[in-house]
Amino acid sequence: MSRAKTWLPGLVLISPSIILIAIFVYGLIGQNIWTSLNASTRRVVVGGEIVERPQHAGGIGNYGELLSTSDYQHALWNLLVLTVVFLLGTMFFGLLWAVLLEKGVNGEGVFRSVYLFPMAVSFIAAGVVWRWLLSPQEGEQAVGLNQLFQMVGLDGLQSSWWSADSRWNMAAMAMPAIWQLSGYVMALFLAGFRGISEDQREAARIDGATDRQIYRHVLFPQLSPIALSALIIIGHMSMKMFDLIYAIAGPNSYVAAVPATLMWTQMFNQGDKVMAAVNATILLTIVAVVVVPYLVYTNRTERERSS
Amino acid sequence: MSATTDALPADPVPPAGAKPTTAYRSTGKAPGTQGSVATRATRYAMLIAFVLVILMPMYVLIVTSFKPTGGAGASDAWALPTTISTEGWASAIERLAPSLIRTVILAVSVALLSSMLGSMNGFVFSRWRFPGDQVVFTLFLFGMFIPYQAVMIPLTGMMLDVEQALPWFQGIVKLIAVHTIFGIPICTLIFRNYYATAVPNDILEAAKIDGAGMLRIYRSVVLPLSIPAFVVTLIWQFTSAWNDFLFALFLTNRNNGPVTFVLNELAGGQNPDYPQIMAGVLIASLPTLLVYILLGRYFIGGLMSGSVK
Repeated sequence: MSRAKTWLPGLVLISPSIILIAIFVYGLIGQNIWTSLNASTRRVVVGGEIVERPQHAGGIGNYGELLSTSDYQHALWNLLVLTVVFLLGTMFFGLLWAVLLEKGVNGEGVFRSVYLFPMAVSFIAAGVVWRWLLSPQEGEQAVGLNQLFQMVGLDGLQSSWWSADSRWNMAAMAMPAIWQLSGYVMALFLAGFRGISEDQREAARIDGATDRQIYRHVLFPQLSPIALSALIIIGHMSMKMFDLIYAIAGPNSYVAAVPATLMWTQMFNQGDKVMAAVNATILLTIVAVVVVPYLVYTNRTERERSS
Repeated sequence: MSATTDALPADPVPPAGAKPTTAYRSTGKAPGTQGSVATRATRYAMLIAFVLVILMPMYVLIVTSFKPTGGAGASDAWALPTTISTEGWASAIERLAPSLIRTVILAVSVALLSSMLGSMNGFVFSRWRFPGDQVVFTLFLFGMFIPYQAVMIPLTGMMLDVEQALPWFQGIVKLIAVHTIFGIPICTLIFRNYYATAVPNDILEAAKIDGAGMLRIYRSVVLPLSIPAFVVTLIWQFTSAWNDFLFALFLTNRNNGPVTFVLNELAGGQNPDYPQIMAGVLIASLPTLLVYILLGRYFIGGLMSGSVK
């Protein structure tokens, strides 16, 4: 405790932030969990009279209740499809663009800027355009991408996109998301490539390795920490995704519902605060399961490196 | 685009632990000299094809925004306008102007406030250890990843309670408070990573020996060295406050909300006026696009330090 004099001022300096984070992150999460465990009643009209009827029993049973509804299972499935396609798409294009650019091409900066610019646009603004691009009408009435496909003679590619009554419709919702964030993944990979010293390639080349072998055995393995970061960042963005879906499909769409948008529907359309809180808590848990091990892992490797 | 074309040689905010993998650096060879003519041609063809695909939504936006109101059915959106009209722009500006002003106030205040807090926190976490600081820092970082849905219900209630007591606490003021608080983790991370490498330990030690206290060291030694990191967090927070929709939707309304709120309403109407909507999208995106084009290299720095830890 005699050393307290040396660390106390630091603690005092950041105490406003500690208090704010404690209240607004952890306090509110706690309050949300408490709400999710509440029992609740709803008003129903029986024989011309308004009576209170039990709605949710409360306790951990609330979680079982939400998990067993088909609406929620549908939203979870949608989230899974969205996340897998979003991850595959951004990783594929991000890595491809980085490979195309990493050796240095004329006008590299222009390409890089164009690939990255959709990131500066809000999901709402992007969603407005993509709602039109992904209009479901086909044939004579076609607009957006469907019309473009007709104009270039690729009629067969027309689709109802996210509006389709299909288990896989959310793959189309991933398209605008991939458009927005592939450039970000590219920037990460590009930085990774540029950090690998030229000597390593040179050595491999002298040993007779082909370009393909150099990528496969020398360069790609060294990019795996960056790939992990990118997967975590994109993955958690996908789980939180709300704005884009809200802007494209509207506030209470069933076909395009994911837990984050379903929560809005529960809260404001169905007036069911308890189930909205259950939904939000499950979403937090899913994100935490992915992110917490990652934070612990990076923290540990960082400390090992600095010690 | 010239500001970003060749302006990325160095990562302005190196990540913690100075991982040697994040600097943009030329390969040392003249650009475009590697591979046969055929592979080079294929590479450029692919790069240009992707540029066209990515710019396609921009094409639709720009072309449609200059079509006369009512003359632009959705069906001829791919065609160039036959007559150029600025009606859409005029009506979009009229609809969006009040919310645009509010959003400028919001984004600038948030950027300044959370950067200040981030700077103080980053200094402490990087150079002024205290017991349990690692745990506290990890708890801060987790705040960066949480889905805001997990706090939204109690937050909405809490904000309403405050508004009952303090009538001026509404609309943009609420959003300034909320964005500043939830921006603390990312700003703290960026400043901590920056200070860990950019402020030499010797200077701090010398200042300590001279008897300077912590606040004094922060104000006279560390703060003047912090400009590069401030640029990153200012841009980062400006952009995310400008582009936010979720908090706006829960905490504001059309009369006191930011531009994303009003733009979404504009686009969601029953009889969409496409030139107006598309002009609105461009107007609402212009500030962040400008920031990005003019200060792209710092923007990238923010991305890097926000991800590769």
